Amino acid sequence: MNQDEIIKQGTKVYSRPRLMDDRNMHYCPGCSHGVVHKLVSEVIEELGLEDKTIGIAPVGCAVFAYHYIDVDWVEAAHGRAPAVATAVKRLDPSRMVFTYQGDGDLAAIGTAETIHAANRGENIAMIFINNGIYGMTGGQMAPTTLEGMKTATTPYGRRVDLNGYPLNITPLLAQLPGTCYVTRQSVHTAASVRKCKAAIKKAFQAALDGRGTAVIEVVSTCNSGWKMSPAKANEWMEENMFKAYPLGDLKPLE
Amino acid sequence: MAKVIGTVVVDRERCKGCDLCVVACPCDVLSLAAKDVNDRGYHYAMMVNPEACIGCAACATVCPDACIEVYRLTQK
Ligand SMILES: Cc1ncc(C[n+]2csc(CCOP(=O)(O)OP(=O)(O)O)c2C)c(N)n1
Ligand code: SF4
Ligand code: SF4
Ligand code: SF4
Ligand SMILES: [Mg+2]
Repeated sequence: MNQDEIIKQGTKVYSRPRLMDDRNMHYCPGCSHGVVHKLVSEVIEELGLEDKTIGIAPVGCAVFAYHYIDVDWVEAAHGRAPAVATAVKRLDPSRMVFTYQGDGDLAAIGTAETIHAANRGENIAMIFINNGIYGMTGGQMAPTTLEGMKTATTPYGRRVDLNGYPLNITPLLAQLPGTCYVTRQSVHTAASVRKCKAAIKKAFQAALDGRGTAVIEVVSTCNSGWKMSPAKANEWMEENMFKAYPLGDLKPLE
Repeated sequence: MAKVIGTVVVDRERCKGCDLCVVACPCDVLSLAAKDVNDRGYHYAMMVNPEACIGCAACATVCPDACIEVYRLTQK
């Protein structure tokens, strides 16, 4: 049977999410951000929250997230997404409000906003793309950069005596009584993408229901910053990032 | 016995040739175009072994740019 016949007689089992804008995304080939954008679009559509969602976009490679997912967005200053989300959600609690942030955004310049929003138990979801680097600005060290990992600002590898330890921020958030759900996922295989989608769905529902702060860390690749092919970056992430940032629920939703 | 067959349609112009779908496919159906490139200069993904496709959607699921549509058919 040829392709045309399969298309005519078969069922379409996968297509581009309806909420994704038609324009091409600016991300480097193979960047994890794209996969997570797809999941966010699918989840919002499946929960029927197209007209109820307000996303807060970060500064970082995902700065143009509002160009790609067709819901309402507010662009925050670098690291301030949880503060902006707090305001938006308090002004209209009927909305599902989520932030989308990188590790530089959430765990460096925005550490205070992150911790205090979670500690206040703001009814928001936070998507945390941890690629261990400042992707947008050219691959500088982030707080999450692994020990020994080479970046533009640690050309001989991160030294703990000089640069401190990698900041594992998600377990800190899990300790706070304000968080209702804290999980760590990845999007490097089909199975992990499906699991990550289920986690985002749970988090968005919890944020909508006013359960507290839901945090989804996605351990990600930045193949350009890491200077590897996308496939090699996935392997490197499995071997190195997952040791420092093991996958799974840190605080299951009750 | 029922047999599941599938096929994919790649949006060649949207594809960035990242190779992640090629790696994700359990049946070695896909490959990047060896010589041809799209308007943006990327070696796009294409089916090189279409008969082997089972419509599992692994390729489409991992594609960061949402360029792949998947169709599945169960033959009685
Ligand atoms: C107030 C302020 N300080 C610094 C910058 C420069 N800057 C832009 S993006 C960025 C870091 C981005 O890294 P991350 O949040 O990890 O996002 P990624 O690009 O890796 O997804 C920095 C430091 C800025 N735009 N604004
Ligand atoms: S620099 Fe890194 S995070 Fe930014 S788009 Fe490229 S691969 Fe993605
Ligand atoms: S649907 Fe499955 S078998 Fe077919 S090309 Fe994609 S990954 Fe391969
Ligand atoms: S995963 Fe998507 S963008 Fe990457 S090569 Fe395959 S079709 Fe192209
Ligand atoms: Mg980063």
